[in-house]
Amino acid sequence: MVKSETQVPRVSSQADVTQRTESSLSPVPEPSPSPVRTYLLNCGSSALADRAFSILMMLCALSIFGIVLLILIELISGSKLTIQKFGPSFFFGSAWDPVNGDFGALPFIYGTVVSSVLSLIIAVPLAVGLAVFLTEMCPAWLRGFLGFFTELLAAIPSVVYGLWGIFVLIPLLRQYANPFLIKILGWSGIFVPPNYGIGMFAAGVILSIMILPIISSLTREVMSAVPHSQREAVLALGATRWEMIRMGVLRNARIGIVGAVILGLGRALGETMAVTMVIGNRPQIVRSLLAPAYSMASVIANEFNEASDPLNLSALIEIGLALFIVTIIVNALARVLVWAVTRGAPVRGT
Amino acid sequence: MATTTMPPPRRARASNRFLRVVIDHLATVAAVGSTIVVMAPLIAIFGYLLFKGASSLNVAFFTQIPKPVGESGGGMANSIVGSGVLLAIASLMGVPIGIAGGIYIAEFGRNKRLANMVRFTADVLNGVPSIVMGIAIYTLLVAGKGYTALSGGVALGIMMIPTITRTTEEMLLMVPLNVREAALGLGVPNWRSVLSITLRTASPGVITGCMLAFARVAGETAPLLFTAFGNQYWSTSLTQPIAALPLQIFVYALSPYDEWHRLAWAGALVLIVLIVVSVALVRYVAGRGVLKGAS
Repeated sequence: MVKSETQVPRVSSQADVTQRTESSLSPVPEPSPSPVRTYLLNCGSSALADRAFSILMMLCALSIFGIVLLILIELISGSKLTIQKFGPSFFFGSAWDPVNGDFGALPFIYGTVVSSVLSLIIAVPLAVGLAVFLTEMCPAWLRGFLGFFTELLAAIPSVVYGLWGIFVLIPLLRQYANPFLIKILGWSGIFVPPNYGIGMFAAGVILSIMILPIISSLTREVMSAVPHSQREAVLALGATRWEMIRMGVLRNARIGIVGAVILGLGRALGETMAVTMVIGNRPQIVRSLLAPAYSMASVIANEFNEASDPLNLSALIEIGLALFIVTIIVNALARVLVWAVTRGAPVRGT
Repeated sequence: MATTTMPPPRRARASNRFLRVVIDHLATVAAVGSTIVVMAPLIAIFGYLLFKGASSLNVAFFTQIPKPVGESGGGMANSIVGSGVLLAIASLMGVPIGIAGGIYIAEFGRNKRLANMVRFTADVLNGVPSIVMGIAIYTLLVAGKGYTALSGGVALGIMMIPTITRTTEEMLLMVPLNVREAALGLGVPNWRSVLSITLRTASPGVITGCMLAFARVAGETAPLLFTAFGNQYWSTSLTQPIAALPLQIFVYALSPYDEWHRLAWAGALVLIVLIVVSVALVRYVAGRGVLKGAS
């Protein structure tokens, strides 16, 4: 097979060779003007091997679609029972009664949405501030170091965040932060006793620490994609550094930053272990953020193995299905927005 | 900027100038402040892990299986071995498929619609919650058959694929076109050129990408809850439930016993050391220029 290929350069002209190398990236070489070359390319065993290789690679790439389809099919078939029995009202009911077979997912949806939004409120300003500092203000020697540190923050497993949350964050919140919040914001009804430490607020705080690195690293990427000429133009008009950042950088990167924030939201929605460990696991909808709550991912984590009743299992799988569809949509939206800004440059998935 | 040396523009008043400079300084303070606020929990987490974990680590941790409640001592040897088994299954499955997918996007699918769709789907799949992956594998492999180590490994392997595909693609795209042209000019078949020339040139980057994916799934707990399930005893059988380090940390952290909390911290430290070393390695290789030998 090597033999037939080695003859190719000999029989083909110089121009032919360059043309072939350009087209060599497609699975089947394009027909060339020389009939001898075409013959050699198609009759040798390497033609077959090349084709087989490219098809094998394509199958592996297509397996990614296969995975998405597989998850979707498994989840839909697993949740048939509750989809048939409750229909859309499953997502609006707030009963969760495995004994009597009555299931509604509203408290879990509420817990997931509120804890995620809370985490965004805390994380977004800090993440953008960090990105601004790292791209526009930071001396070069510190940038690599801080960048590495934030990357580490992204690499810590969820369960370790949960462990830290239980033993360090929750006592801190219970003793210092929560009483303070009750004192200054207690009138609003959002921060009122009882103060257990665990609860919606603790989940929001731990989630914000977890999604911060993702938002800030993507924001950095988007901000670095803004051309230097933009910065120079604004500076040349006499702007201060902050005005340059605001008008030259943030304004140009805003779509990408929104994308980064939505990506962070996607992470927060699906985060399981750390939230399960600090949210308190009580399916209720109350106004106070200090009260225990429950999230979609954590009810699955806690009850899935104990669910002996098929209807209960089906209800949990349907929550998983909802989580899957929502995160797919959120992530797709975020990627499109980030791509709109960093078009051409590869987006680094974390 | 330099307020004192530049003559003021015609209509700008001095107070306006002053205000702008003050706002500029405030913005700087805010950016530096948020950096400090972000760094604080990280330092707290690492400091606490080192402090709690190191004081709980001993030889028994690596050699013994958990003792029953109430007895002190014991270790997590079975969890460490279990995690190793699970990660081996995951790597056997995720690494070849992931690399092949990356090769397809970078070498065969340039500027093709299908390749762009694969890339996009991989990015989106990266953001799917791991617990959803756990449920899907449960209904596929576990329901009615019982928890197995194999199903846990498969769940982790599937999670590795999109990450490896994307990093492999990025690394292959960094290989200069001349290298491929040179190989083809010598008459090497295309498949041979991809495997022994392009992939090999990019191999440091591809390997670090695999390590990154490895580090990511090493700490995954949620997909193992309903697949590998965990095990208090020694087991390396692929058809039995198996212990895993992150699962054990989860169980111990929520338990009411101090002795188990101690083990949870030690386990977390072991996990973090594994992950930090991989991330540091990735940065080291990436910073050195992945393709130094090639260009």
